[in-house]
Amino acid sequence: MRIVVAMKQVPDTAEVRIDPERNTLVRDGVPSIMNPFDAYALEEGLRWKDALGGEVIALTMGPPQAEAILREAVSMGADQAVLLSDRAFAGADTWATSHTLAAAVAKLAPVDLVLTGKQAIDGDTAQTGPGMAATLDWPQLTFVGRVLGIEGGRIRVERYVEGGVETLDSSLPAVVTVLKDANTPRMPSLRGKMKARSLQVTVWTAADLGLPQSETGLEGSPTRVVRIATPESRSGGEIHRGSPEELAAILADILLGEGGGE
Amino acid sequence: MSARLEIRTDVCTGCGLCTSACPFGALSLVDGTASVSDACTLCGACESSCPFGAILIRRTGTVAEGISGYSGTMVIAESREGAIDHSTLELLGAARAIAEAEGGPVSALLITSVAGDGPKVLSEHGADVVVVVEDPALGHYLTEPRAAITRRIITERKPAIVLAAATTTGRDLMPRVAKLLNTGLTADCTSLSFDPGKGCLLQTRPAFGGNIMATIVCEGTRPQMATVRPRVMKALDPDPSRTAEIVRIAPEPGELVSRVRLEGFRVLDEGIADIAEASVIVSGGRGMKTPENFSLLSEIAGLLGGSVGASRAAVDSGWIPYPHQVGQTGKTVQPRTYLACGISGAVQHRVGMQSSDTIIAVNRDETAPIFQFCSEGFVGDLFEILPALAKEIRRRRGSA
Ligand SMILES: Cc1cc2nc3c(=O)[nH]c(=O)nc-3n(C[C@H](O)[C@H](O)[C@H](O)COP(=O)(O)OP(=O)(O)OC[C@H]3O[C@@H](n4cnc5c(N)ncnc54)[C@H](O)[C@@H]3O)c2cc1C
Ligand SMILES: Nc1ncnc2c1ncn2[C@@H]1O[C@H](COP(=O)(O)O)[C@@H](O)[C@H]1O
Repeated sequence: MRIVVAMKQVPDTAEVRIDPERNTLVRDGVPSIMNPFDAYALEEGLRWKDALGGEVIALTMGPPQAEAILREAVSMGADQAVLLSDRAFAGADTWATSHTLAAAVAKLAPVDLVLTGKQAIDGDTAQTGPGMAATLDWPQLTFVGRVLGIEGGRIRVERYVEGGVETLDSSLPAVVTVLKDANTPRMPSLRGKMKARSLQVTVWTAADLGLPQSETGLEGSPTRVVRIATPESRSGGEIHRGSPEELAAILADILLGEGGGE
Repeated sequence: MSARLEIRTDVCTGCGLCTSACPFGALSLVDGTASVSDACTLCGACESSCPFGAILIRRTGTVAEGISGYSGTMVIAESREGAIDHSTLELLGAARAIAEAEGGPVSALLITSVAGDGPKVLSEHGADVVVVVEDPALGHYLTEPRAAITRRIITERKPAIVLAAATTTGRDLMPRVAKLLNTGLTADCTSLSFDPGKGCLLQTRPAFGGNIMATIVCEGTRPQMATVRPRVMKALDPDPSRTAEIVRIAPEPGELVSRVRLEGFRVLDEGIADIAEASVIVSGGRGMKTPENFSLLSEIAGLLGGSVGASRAAVDSGWIPYPHQVGQTGKTVQPRTYLACGISGAVQHRVGMQSSDTIIAVNRDETAPIFQFCSEGFVGDLFEILPALAKEIRRRRGSA
């Protein structure tokens, strides 16, 4: 099995604040982390490598400092790391991102499986995985809560949808986007950490991928952000204090008055 | 289309107005003149902030060619066993509002194994044209056949705008189709409006975990595609006098091929299945202390006909399974009433529930952040208040 895990470095959105006067994102001092969902994608890749043999390649597109998450991936057990970095990649939307990542997967051929996180916590789009599948003309399995098995060139998964769980079976190669239900990511090992320290990250540019500027970064992005704003904040409502019985009575007024009563 | 930001160093005075105007922190002063980094999205905020005209965004390319001939709004319908999803009716409501400004027709695309009275329902809720692709092989949703058919019909009918619900189906289908059509897709929009001047759909959505709202446009390619968060847009009341033109199109045999096979579908227990659709959610956090205490919540949820939700802290502690989790890494919910018990209201939780109509918080710490944004706050011990509440509801029901 040759498995590629696509992962993204993101600002820890728990820490992102808006400057209320200028209405801009305050990024100073905001730590960059591995997109939390991608740890589940990586763990899933490592599990199937452990079971079936083969290798796991961690792949990211980003500025040079994004290699930090690739080292983290290697410390957890990834075998190789590829960083797609080029000024031409900057400002990519999900069309250009999935286009660029798909070109890298094609260059890494033969690849049996591409895993991604469910979504990145900065953009929250969940579009990159399906975009890669479309570009590669591979089947896609999204919102996967469990990989049941990989055998004979096929993969079986559970996909969590509104109202239930689908069991799906697909030919490989395929793109699978993973939910956090799938597993519990492992901790970095000591051996992994040492390997990560001495790791040579492979860096590819647009030229290495054979992509024209019109298909990458800002130029290759059909969408454009034209405005950002702070969401309207709700102000706090009425605060009630009192004995449990008094509070329960007010609560019941609100809850049953809201249409819960018969 | 391509665009680039140009800074005229001969005119720039290094005043720094642009650096504070840039929402993305992409501008800085280097040696007394403005300089732009990779974080730039070409949003244009700096261009209008510069009193000296030192910043120009140059747009070049073939916008008009790529977009001519496209008009109207197409809604991708979702249905289950012949019944149209409510989210689809909401999209039709949004599409009608767009059509007022855009001018083109509203169409609905229904791909299904049983159309039933679906076309009639779509028509009554605002579609001018219903395109029906009905085939026994198109029962349960599978990505590849839907993507192939959707792509072909968009190419043939040329809508300027395509909307789908931001359900697991819409969020699976749309990115595949948008990539194949080489056009833009905006995820999980919570507000849409049409700018007649630019001829563009302004698509607004939360990003960065709900910390910001971003407005996104797709100027140079068509259609402009968006998934729209369920329960945000309003469906119109059905108007039985509306009669849409029905267009029946057969799938081409090659379009029905799928490399993915459905082996089974398991309906999850109600409580799990429908927090995203529940109108009342009783949610618990770390303050619940043990898994057993969640029965307090299910009891009240049961009395109110609601579902049980949870914060990540409760899910991570193993007190309740992940499908119940509300928030950034869980589900986004928008019930009429959200009762948060022993939940502090951290931003990652808040983004998943802040659009609820009424948020009620029970927490013993009056400085908890949730009291800053709830509609009604109750300061006290949930282990005393919730049992008293259950008793009170029973008493009122009994005597009513
Ligand atoms: C990338 C990322 C993604 C995340 N995604 C999510 C997400 O999707 N959903 C989510 O919920 N969180 C998410 N989190 C975690 C989030 O930041 C908070 O840690 C979490 O929401 C806290 O849960 P809590 O409110 O239950 O616990 P706490 O913050 O510990 O709050 C417990 C509250 O219960 C109150 N309490 C305790 N005992 C009682 C009692 N007897 N009676 C009344 N009140 C009592 C306390 O006063 C306190 O306010 C995410 C974090 C990160 C970094
Ligand atoms: N720049 C990137 N480099 C590598 N993987 C990415 C990148 N952007 C997104 N991904 C992958 O695609 C998933 C979905 O991201 P998104 O579509 O941005 O929500 C992430 O969880 C990653 O696995």
